[in-house]
Amino acid sequence: MTKKLIIIGAGMAAGRMLEHLYDGGQDWDVTLFNAEPRGTYNRIMLSPVLSGDKTYAEIETHDAAWYEDHGVTCRFGERVVAVDRAARTVTAENGNVLEYDKLVFATGSTPFIIPLPGHDLDGVIAYRDLEDTERMMALGEGRKAVVIGGGLLGLEAAAGMAARGVDVTVVHLMGHLMERQLDEAAGYLLRKALVDKGITVKCSANSKEILGENGHVKALMLDDGTELPCDLLVMAVGIRPSTQLGKDAGLAVGRGIHVDDQMLTSDENILAIGECVEHDGAVFGLVAPLFDQAKVAAATLDGEAAEFVQKDVSTKLKVTGCDLFSAGDFEGGEGTEDIIFRDPARGVYKRLVIREDRIIGVVMYGDIADGSWFFGLMKDGADISEMRDTLIFGPAYQGGASADPLSAVAALPDDAEICGCNGVCKGTIVQAIDSGATDLPILKATTKASASCGTCTGLVEQLLEVTLGDGYAAPAAQPVCGCTDLTHEDLRRLIKSKELKSQPAVWQELGWSTPNGCHVCRPAVNFYLLADWPVEYRDDPQSRFVNERKHANIQKDGTFSVVPRMWGGITSARELRAIADAAEKYAVPTVKVTGGQRIDLLGVKGEDLPYIWADLNKAGLVSGHAYSKGLRTVKTCVGSDHCRFGTQDSTGLGIKLERALWGSWTPHKVKLAVSGCPRNCAEATCKDVGIVCVDSGYQIGVGGAAGMDLKETERLADVPTEEEAMELSVAFIQLYREHAKYLDRPYKWVAKVGLGWVKERVVDDLDNRRALVERFELSQSIYRKDPWADEAKQARRYAPIADLTLEAAE
Amino acid sequence: MSWIDIGHIDDIPLRGARVLKTPAGCIAVFRTGENEVFAAADRCPHKGGPLSEGIVHGQSVTCPLHNWVFDLNTGAAQGADEGRIATYPLRLEAGRILIDGVSAGQRSAA
Repeated sequence: MTKKLIIIGAGMAAGRMLEHLYDGGQDWDVTLFNAEPRGTYNRIMLSPVLSGDKTYAEIETHDAAWYEDHGVTCRFGERVVAVDRAARTVTAENGNVLEYDKLVFATGSTPFIIPLPGHDLDGVIAYRDLEDTERMMALGEGRKAVVIGGGLLGLEAAAGMAARGVDVTVVHLMGHLMERQLDEAAGYLLRKALVDKGITVKCSANSKEILGENGHVKALMLDDGTELPCDLLVMAVGIRPSTQLGKDAGLAVGRGIHVDDQMLTSDENILAIGECVEHDGAVFGLVAPLFDQAKVAAATLDGEAAEFVQKDVSTKLKVTGCDLFSAGDFEGGEGTEDIIFRDPARGVYKRLVIREDRIIGVVMYGDIADGSWFFGLMKDGADISEMRDTLIFGPAYQGGASADPLSAVAALPDDAEICGCNGVCKGTIVQAIDSGATDLPILKATTKASASCGTCTGLVEQLLEVTLGDGYAAPAAQPVCGCTDLTHEDLRRLIKSKELKSQPAVWQELGWSTPNGCHVCRPAVNFYLLADWPVEYRDDPQSRFVNERKHANIQKDGTFSVVPRMWGGITSARELRAIADAAEKYAVPTVKVTGGQRIDLLGVKGEDLPYIWADLNKAGLVSGHAYSKGLRTVKTCVGSDHCRFGTQDSTGLGIKLERALWGSWTPHKVKLAVSGCPRNCAEATCKDVGIVCVDSGYQIGVGGAAGMDLKETERLADVPTEEEAMELSVAFIQLYREHAKYLDRPYKWVAKVGLGWVKERVVDDLDNRRALVERFELSQSIYRKDPWADEAKQARRYAPIADLTLEAAE
Repeated sequence: MSWIDIGHIDDIPLRGARVLKTPAGCIAVFRTGENEVFAAADRCPHKGGPLSEGIVHGQSVTCPLHNWVFDLNTGAAQGADEGRIATYPLRLEAGRILIDGVSAGQRSAA
């Protein structure tokens, strides 16, 4: 029989419990109340949202579709006002009375507001939910904010606002920042880093009164009389379990709602999880124990045995550029010893607190790569006497075997979080590998590890290697996809040596196991063929990802974005007028200036694409290929034309390069920049090809990156003339087109083949350089054209094949 | 069943798709490399991606948003993903594509 389950609160603990509950497979009729008008999101990621590194959509863990799929009745934005334990009912805000078989309190916590005079003024907020975050985000550049509280949350709030240009002051009662997690030395380094970010930090500062004007906060007054003017005052001084409802219902409540090891409250039909509970004298604020509780609660509901055990937790601060790690006891005291490492020049501090040859505390600042390893040793109570001399240098220095890069991963504890986006721990991943997820794609699909931002992909691959041993084929030798055993490198070689000039020839001659490939290999094969046989092979749009087939970027709602080319970032009144007209005519909801010095029209309907292109074409505007694995933009500064520092005509060179390169397809996108002097206003040193003009000529750098990875270009060559700069750039790109693996950016490819190898072919061997340029020119004789002009003639293809809604209306 | 002519097979690119608008929402009409035609919901159950914009391979389509792969015969998601898209009966007669009006969401006149 389906049992009725009511959950009060849809925070992270409740969301996780529901997942475990549905994994369990039993039938529950679930009603989920949440005072916040939304479902579960990753609350710990609010700080990246605040700083602009992430959007709310990226941190939402359960969307409406999820609740619908699982049949959860959602009552978001509604509070529960009463619980009648005798009748087993809850009363909602609107008076509805609902029965339950089991009830779960997941009411979370309430931020503590210091009852200073003026704490109820408008503009005094806590930092707890999305509304608070949005208040801070809305503040705007140049405004002033004061944050009371120099703990984890307060500093994340401060750094997030500072990143948005807000003038922030942090007021902290204690002598150094994050005193619960950091010792003084690390607190000092943290303070220095925050001050460098433009944040004012006042420690040992006691707030006295909040001053207001017309009901709105105006300043914070300290007890020494200092007035700190502000437009917004954020109190981040701690949280308190939300227990009022539990107390009213007559549950046993101390600091939090009392629960036993099974997460049961004093009423056998009521459970509690998350920040609202008190277990064995402790209350909880970090996410790891909350997830453990969620798992135990789900098991208890399903009638299975499970036990919640408190574990040590570690802390990281989510502030860009402030890497710190802290775990355990670092107060020191009798019988403890310290091992300390400092590197003042790099701002690195590491301290291990040792008692009886065991690590009992870890504090790290600046370089925290080994944090998880130390934490593991600490939790295991490992005897460190053998490696004491080199312990502080981390796992890489522990004897011969440890030179193995995998040892660090192998040493991680099971509950070490590998994937931060999806909260996936090492144990979960290893379990999935053991039960058959033996490659990265399957592992991604089953555990979600590395399925979001992807920065943990390397770690996940290492876990595969560690767990499967020889059973795991190293990623270097991975086949293109399931259709073939060949690697990308072998495939490229065979296409050239066997002179394969069509996709069917590749599938047949190289023994493809599928009739016509799949979404992974088809785009790669299509690129390799057109790069190697530009004249013989015809590009196949049906083997292209939607953006390249539609010559526009698909957005998450199925609309597209349109970016016309602006050569070298130069435009004119006429072009801007045409763009403005098109934006109005096609009701474009968002017009955005891109980082590549052009204008993006976002939200164009698929059916309108041919028409908007035709209109833009009329003004001389062509496709910017903002959607392609191809030449994107050539960013420039104004150079010697206008700038008093400019040494060469950087804009002119940028335009010439863009005119030469546009329309070409490459293994991945290619971005260039030309700066007119070493001040580098066009940011050329992080581009795929970046040219910096100097008095004596042109410095050509290649293999830069400013995306998932950040990398400075490496110098390919210095040349005296513009012609040579052009020639070298083109030859480099052609070499990349002919040799790189599909979807490797130049920096990844250069790292594989080595810059020396590239220089030999592009710089030293003049004949080879010319041959490369010639082959590029041959290819460009076909591809250097505006795809929009062609597509605009085929508007019919962009419309539905038929429209049955019209007939229905008749 | 009431069969409605929605167009010619050559109106759809080889290994491609077109959208059919119906009162019950958009249906994607696919043409495979072997000149078979299939019809299925144009909405991926994962995040609502337009499947008609996906890459068609074998008798499958890959969603353009997050690479879920669906078997066009059954509508079932392949691999580790779980989900299903609705499929609709089609007939191919002398190059014309016919769809069953009732299953495609259009109320039959009868």
